[in-house]
Amino acid sequence: MDEATAPKKIGGLFYRLDQFFKPVPLLGYLLGVLVCVLWEQMAGEQLSAFLGLPKMPVLFGLLTIFKVVAGVINLLIKGDAFNWATLVHVPTALVYLTVIYLIPISLVARASVKPANALARYLQGFPLIITALVQLGLMYAVLHIWADMSDYRLITLKLTLIAVLFTLSLNIINGYMGEFSCSHPGFMAIGAYMSSLFTVGLFTSDKVLGDAVFTFSAAYLSFPLALIFGGMMAALGALIVAIPSFKTRGDYLAIISLAFLFIVKSFFENMQVLGGSRGIAGQPDWATLPVIFITMAFGIWTINNFVTSTMGKALNAVRDDETAAEAMTVNTRKTKMVAFLFGAFWAGVAGGMLAHVLRYVNPAMFSVQKLAEVLAMVYFGGLNSVYGSIVGAVSISLLGEALRPLEILKWIVIPLLLILVMIYRPTGLIAFKEFDVRQVFGPKEVD
Amino acid sequence: MPLLHVTDMSHNFGGLQAVSEYNLSLDPGQITGLIGPNGAGKTTIFNLITGLYRPTKGSVRFDGEELVGKKLNETAAMGLARTFQEMKLWRHMTVLEHIKMARYSKLSYGLMGAFLGTPKRRREERKVTELAMEYLKMFAVDQVADQLVVNLPYGDQRRVEMARALVIEPKVLLLDEPTVGMTPDEMMAMIEVIRKAHERFNLAIFLIEHRLQVVRELCQHVQALVFGQVLVEGKSDEVQNHPKVIEAYIGEQEVEF
Repeated sequence: MDEATAPKKIGGLFYRLDQFFKPVPLLGYLLGVLVCVLWEQMAGEQLSAFLGLPKMPVLFGLLTIFKVVAGVINLLIKGDAFNWATLVHVPTALVYLTVIYLIPISLVARASVKPANALARYLQGFPLIITALVQLGLMYAVLHIWADMSDYRLITLKLTLIAVLFTLSLNIINGYMGEFSCSHPGFMAIGAYMSSLFTVGLFTSDKVLGDAVFTFSAAYLSFPLALIFGGMMAALGALIVAIPSFKTRGDYLAIISLAFLFIVKSFFENMQVLGGSRGIAGQPDWATLPVIFITMAFGIWTINNFVTSTMGKALNAVRDDETAAEAMTVNTRKTKMVAFLFGAFWAGVAGGMLAHVLRYVNPAMFSVQKLAEVLAMVYFGGLNSVYGSIVGAVSISLLGEALRPLEILKWIVIPLLLILVMIYRPTGLIAFKEFDVRQVFGPKEVD
Repeated sequence: MPLLHVTDMSHNFGGLQAVSEYNLSLDPGQITGLIGPNGAGKTTIFNLITGLYRPTKGSVRFDGEELVGKKLNETAAMGLARTFQEMKLWRHMTVLEHIKMARYSKLSYGLMGAFLGTPKRRREERKVTELAMEYLKMFAVDQVADQLVVNLPYGDQRRVEMARALVIEPKVLLLDEPTVGMTPDEMMAMIEVIRKAHERFNLAIFLIEHRLQVVRELCQHVQALVFGQVLVEGKSDEVQNHPKVIEAYIGEQEVEF
């Protein structure tokens, strides 16, 4: 009896939550989160002190909870000493999460339905670019305030945004085009090295690359050029993979691209000019949060433009039936080449940003583990979907951070989760969903 | 001068002579049928003409241009559209996207337009959408324009496929068994669709069919193919009642039972 009613109850709860949040536009959520982060900035310290938390939780309290879980596990496995008093951190962290985030965001988002929708409708009267800029600006403000509260947050956020761009660039090939490419970390490596070569080689004095060629204070303005240079070089590398892979029909890409990844890695390991296996360090600190945010937004925008155009939809046609695509005048080889190089370009740009966030780059960063990570993000989030890549990259990044206290067990939990997703949603969480920018930023009409 | 002119075309798959010394001349506006038992090489001939395979010997001239050596997408862009026996629709794409895709070679914007979403691209996409909707209306599938094509009933899928080939604005349409797997009613409707398309676009049609009724209704000229060779050629009735053709078909039936 209980078993029969229980799932229905949960379904009912989800249904009610869904109904509750249905009329909230993106603008409403943004306002909600803005209130949250301001509220945390104001009251976060006091509340965590009041709740007896050791310090303000940096990652929505998740890190605090998993630290306790890790303590219990270590007690059970290794018999390490465990301070039972920390057990209370689990409920208090949850209280913190609820009070600081969940309640304000729900209340504000829901209460602001009418004004937010009205504002979104008003903005709709302007060109799309205005609507987008206003909401992206708001989004940036939220992220900025949130990340301002700790350095850990800032770096986690930067790496997450880079992961979003990197994941989406791979989704072009593995999702939209439907061929399995393994060389993406290689393209990222090329981008990272080449943009570092540009910035470190030209503008800073370095042991490996020698003295600065130019010295002027506004040198950071050249950073976009460095990123484009890195991306272009990555695309050039992609050409080496693309020419033999797409010459004939059939699936050679997986093998050739995997070989390419290893070649790139050992190339950089053996290039003493580029620092060998120690790599290049001392990149200028130019990859600031706004730079990364703007680059990511621009990258998503161009990729989404491409995949929603008829020219880009040709990728889907090639994936679903290549012969039919060709019979309908699609130049399949050109289509595949363009998509592959385009994906590699953005991977290179992501690599350039990564090198300048970490401020070092070495070949070991671009190993098979990096490949596994980005593939997990693509397949977890969902193939053929911009939403999917955003969700996949953000959730795997945050999960990776939140589960960090579990140490080695983290690498059991994340793959296990992936397996579950593959069983219940074989193409990922949000696959094959079109990302309509106008709709995303527009009001939610519910009758 | 014929629109599509095939002379002495032969092809072998590693020693197996699939097509030998095949000839065809198709005038503008003419409907020619190609019949023959399974495995006679009918679809191979389609694949050879359109450039999916390259003939070992012979020439294919279309509108005065040599097609041998051109790829499938190139011959299609030149105005030689084809359909497939197994339809080959794209399972993750909507009906409208199918039709728009066939305008690929005529898109007026370049790669930068696609990446940056320029006004030119937006105008072009709107234009293509309008055109596609016209074609969908013509084939009475405009109501389902936003649905995934795999969710459509079989007859509608066939019509979408037909519209997709016609939006290329071809001069010659090659139809590979357009009524396969249809009920008699669906078949009659399909014959009407083909006839209408033929009249409206003044198409030359080259048609593979198993159902002799379809051939009789549509084709002025028929070729009967057996083991890669044209056995008999001529008016529809003459070919169908030719003793050699009957033998070829019945012979096949004897093997089957």
